[in-house]
Amino acid sequence: MAVNESVVMKKTPVRDFFKKFWEKRKKKTKHTWQLMKKNKEKYVMVAPFMILFSVFTVLPVLISIFFSFTNFNMLEFPDFIGFENYKRLFLADDIFLIAIKNTLILAIITGPLSYLMCFGFAWLINELKRPLRVFLTVVFYAPSISGNAYLIWKLIFSSDMYGYANSWLMDLGFINEPILWLQDTSYIMPILIIVQLWLSLGVSFLSFIAGLQTVDKTLYEAGAIDGIRNRWQELWFITLPSMKPQLLFGAVMQITTSLSISSISIELAGFPSVEYAGHTIVTHLYDFGSVRYEMGYASAIASLLFFVMIFTNLIVQKLLRKVGR
Amino acid sequence: MDFEYMTLRQKIRRILRFGKVGSSGKRLNRSVWGDIFLFFFLGLFGLFSAWPLIFVINNAFKPLNEIFLFPPKLFVQNPTTSNFRDMFNLMSNSWIPFSRYIFNTLFITLIGTSGSVFISSLAAFPLAKFNFPGSKTMSKMIVYSLMFSGAVTGIPNFVIISKLGLLDSYWAVLLPTFSSSLGLFLMRNFMTQIPTDLIESAKMDGASDFYTYLHIIMPLAKPAWLTLIILQFQSLWGATGGSFIYSEKLKPLSYGLSQIANAGVARTGVVAAVSLFMLIVPISVFIISQSQVIETMASSGIKD
Repeated sequence: MAVNESVVMKKTPVRDFFKKFWEKRKKKTKHTWQLMKKNKEKYVMVAPFMILFSVFTVLPVLISIFFSFTNFNMLEFPDFIGFENYKRLFLADDIFLIAIKNTLILAIITGPLSYLMCFGFAWLINELKRPLRVFLTVVFYAPSISGNAYLIWKLIFSSDMYGYANSWLMDLGFINEPILWLQDTSYIMPILIIVQLWLSLGVSFLSFIAGLQTVDKTLYEAGAIDGIRNRWQELWFITLPSMKPQLLFGAVMQITTSLSISSISIELAGFPSVEYAGHTIVTHLYDFGSVRYEMGYASAIASLLFFVMIFTNLIVQKLLRKVGR
Repeated sequence: MDFEYMTLRQKIRRILRFGKVGSSGKRLNRSVWGDIFLFFFLGLFGLFSAWPLIFVINNAFKPLNEIFLFPPKLFVQNPTTSNFRDMFNLMSNSWIPFSRYIFNTLFITLIGTSGSVFISSLAAFPLAKFNFPGSKTMSKMIVYSLMFSGAVTGIPNFVIISKLGLLDSYWAVLLPTFSSSLGLFLMRNFMTQIPTDLIESAKMDGASDFYTYLHIIMPLAKPAWLTLIILQFQSLWGATGGSFIYSEKLKPLSYGLSQIANAGVARTGVVAAVSLFMLIVPISVFIISQSQVIETMASSGIKD
């Protein structure tokens, strides 16, 4: 009897707990369901975008990760091969290692530099009065307006003596015979960096200009009274902290573009470039995806790139949030 | 004060007009030498940024003998419009009538831009202004999707579009454009700044969410959708259709023009004319809506 009682005593709280939990869950689900019903119209409004977004952005990422574990060539049904693709990438593909090296060099140089350029020019332009400001905004933004304006650089760095760079250098007596700019492995990377920097004043630049214009003007006057003595102090203590959201957004944009440099390399240095000197992760991806149709392997490259981009972005976001705190 | 009685310092200031002016009319925290240094710096990089464009403009108006002049000159000596005449001649002789390419590009650009603006603003309003189950997750997903580029999703996108049977149609270009997360992100961040009181008072008067969106939010968010129009116009205007559109008669203008340009050295002048032609339209669109753009991009940031 006594034993029985103790069992019951012990059991009841446990059962109670589950009962309560279940009840709570049910209530919560019901509550959520009611909320959803109440917001029916909002779901209808969000639906067209979210459906397309799922089909063309979310699903592709998942499919890409799935394909990366298979051997897929667009014709046969993909078969599962585990981590083979990833092993091959790092252990058996020397060209991929070159691509990683080039991508990192390009990203480490053009990423931060283009970010600083975007901010620096936006800041300087913001100091100017209206007509000049609009004019310079157009001048700086123009290179990224047109999809393939960078092809102009192909004429400039053309390798015969009619190329502008060659003819000027020869005219000035620096060189005696034309330099093969886009075939010489030691010039390809610097040229790609220059062209990428030229292209880099894009969306983030516009975002910074806009951000600068919304900084509360009275803060500057208050700052001047509080002893801010020059423009640099003003920049550091007032402007930068007020523009944090734009700074974060700009960082995301610059990181993503600097890690996916490919079309300028394909158009300027050729595909494949001489000794793979201009080969990047994305051109490697293009090689396997659109030329060799090794989709499984290409998906492994794409998935890797996906994680690298997300990871870099999250780290930089964390660092930038700390600035000014 | 008369210009001639100013000190050198004041003259420079009057010319450069750098800096913010406080309510008292005095400039805050700006030294003249700093102004001069920064002005030259801006000018230098302005030239770097502009000179390939100056180059294209000049080349487009050069006669053939000037293009192959050695050493080449940057500025045109005897401007002609012959390159443009050649461009239009080649256009009218091409296999597919050029009006078809122009129609394709106009169709893709107009439908793509307006569709994208409508769909993303429609979704941005509830996400910006209301809290409902799933809204936070959706916003977060969109922020994450800004963090990787289209290269990542290229292959599966091709598979999906071909499985949906959309290959070789306008839709293969249009549908992915409609779901641009950058567009939704810009719209959402702009709409967050619209006062909630406005929406609540509309609700009190019995307005539905869609009515509020159409009659209150959209007029207020004009700068935001003007920005989006510029960004989408730019990318669609230059679209070549890539591997998604392979029928010649559905190919857009930039493809047709690149075919003209591909015929070698003899067409160098035409290439310049073509580039100028492709550049001039988006730049004009940009300049026209420039003043509005600036306002929107202010709200483009990622909030803590």
